[in-house]
Amino acid sequence: MSITTLRSGLLTTIQDLGRYGYQKYGVIVSGAMDSYSLRIANLLVGNSKEEAALEITLMGPTLLVEKDMLIAITGGDLSPTIEGVSVPLWRPVFVKKGSKLQFGAQKSGCRTYLAVAGGFAVQRMMKSKSTYLRAEIGGYQGRAIQEGDVLETNPISEGAFSQIEKLKNKQYKGAFLTTNWSVRWNEFLPLTKNPNIRVLPGAQFEQFTANSKQQFFTQSFRVSPQSDRMGYRLSGPSIELEEKLEMLSEAVAHGTIQIPPDGNPIILLADRQTTGGYPKIGQVATVDLPVVAQVMPGQSLSFTEITLEKAERLYLEREKSLKQLAVSINYKLKQ
Amino acid sequence: MTKTNHINQENFIIEPAGDAAIVVRYGNEIEYSVHRKVQMLSNYLTQNSFKGFIECIPSYTSLTVFYDPLLVEEKSHAYKVGKMVSPYKNVRSIIEDMLTNLKDEEIETHRTVEIPVCYGGECGPDLEFVAKQNNLTTDEVISLHSGGEYLVYMLGFAPGFPFLGGMSEKIATPRRSTPRTSIPAGSVGIAGKQTGVYPISTPGGWQLIGQTPLSLFLSEKEPPSLLQAGDIVKFYPISYNDFLEWKEGNK
Repeated sequence: MSITTLRSGLLTTIQDLGRYGYQKYGVIVSGAMDSYSLRIANLLVGNSKEEAALEITLMGPTLLVEKDMLIAITGGDLSPTIEGVSVPLWRPVFVKKGSKLQFGAQKSGCRTYLAVAGGFAVQRMMKSKSTYLRAEIGGYQGRAIQEGDVLETNPISEGAFSQIEKLKNKQYKGAFLTTNWSVRWNEFLPLTKNPNIRVLPGAQFEQFTANSKQQFFTQSFRVSPQSDRMGYRLSGPSIELEEKLEMLSEAVAHGTIQIPPDGNPIILLADRQTTGGYPKIGQVATVDLPVVAQVMPGQSLSFTEITLEKAERLYLEREKSLKQLAVSINYKLKQ
Repeated sequence: MTKTNHINQENFIIEPAGDAAIVVRYGNEIEYSVHRKVQMLSNYLTQNSFKGFIECIPSYTSLTVFYDPLLVEEKSHAYKVGKMVSPYKNVRSIIEDMLTNLKDEEIETHRTVEIPVCYGGECGPDLEFVAKQNNLTTDEVISLHSGGEYLVYMLGFAPGFPFLGGMSEKIATPRRSTPRTSIPAGSVGIAGKQTGVYPISTPGGWQLIGQTPLSLFLSEKEPPSLLQAGDIVKFYPISYNDFLEWKEGNK
């Protein structure tokens, strides 16, 4: 017994960093929408950053933790509580056997990541634990978590073990205990109400009207309720081409912004198709993908142009900070 | 097809596709010679990948290469002497070198994959419509469809879904005005001048003329897709009884 689902939420799936190497066979990448939150959640419980965690969307599940366990919750704040007491995010949390973990109101972001020490004991399919909903493979039986599901966990790392021992030695009455330190998450996930997303010009950028190009980078766009893990549909000023373009399908990427004939942009996300035939106006800078993932349907976002050199520099700096963060967390866990 | 060719890697452009991918483009036309160039580079890159290479996706006229900018950067000479260079520029020069060296490479021969199809009836509810639309009998549609040789240009849309070239225009039929909400896996369809097979059950608007008992997507196999870009596909008709027996045997 590990974790039993007492109530399913809106959409809770097992995700890791994605299923790479099979796109040429039409197999989508999937994986966490917000990869920074996933990676940090894993680091906080002594897992490798590639391990899988639960991606919890908007309305979280109710889970029964059936053995002593080290967990971490990161990403959007969906008001997690253990036995009714609010749980802080972005730090290791020791949970006592038999406790109930619940999620409540959405305070910020829209996707929360729950990592457990050792990771979830599900089979890797094509080198990944990510859930591919449409093909019904990966994750927990290829589907979202439902009431009654029992999630088993793997043996834990040395770091997680020593952290559990340390936390257990503290005097406590409640159902959980946390460290007195946490990750400065704002550096990795600047959550604001209407975020500004940095975008590189796409392959067909020059073929849009001057007015459309200008509006794309100055107006704001609303994320429609029909948005999901496959893509965000946006509404705002209609984006038009100079002249109709007959395009052949070609590869698309995480964060590709394409413009279908109705003029409403679509940002392609974790569950995107491997190829697409609509003109591409832009490509979200990789460092801003987690921010996009945390925008709720109904909220707005806007775009600013960024050069390739700048996007690359930001990416490399961010990855280096994550490496440093991994070293510090590992040190803290074992201390 | 068993002949081998020499293909010159010419007339391409290389451009960034965001900050973690690069695309090599050979024009905008669906052509066999272009397909071979894309295929050759794709195969070469997969067999001789560079540090930071993740994967590449071939399409009709281009190859998109995904990479990890940090791994590319760490491998570069500039990084070792303490400077930051552009991972894009690094990958671009690696690919340019490859394209120069590829010039005299011989290409692999095609693999032919034969796909049994039960045409019409329950398996192909739109066969009669396709025949009527083209002033043909259903037998003529079957013979035209199964008489052709098709080239797999690329896979996409769904796992294992082939984009095939080479269908006779005599059986071209527009998509259904209202898409079906669920099409069974294995359905063989026509949409305009294209034909293809649905590997998994999905909604879709293609005209369904038949169904194959073969699985085009097998998640437990390596590779997980029956077809690969560059394959030749031939369809051949089987009876409904054969179809059922085959399906039973698959289980």
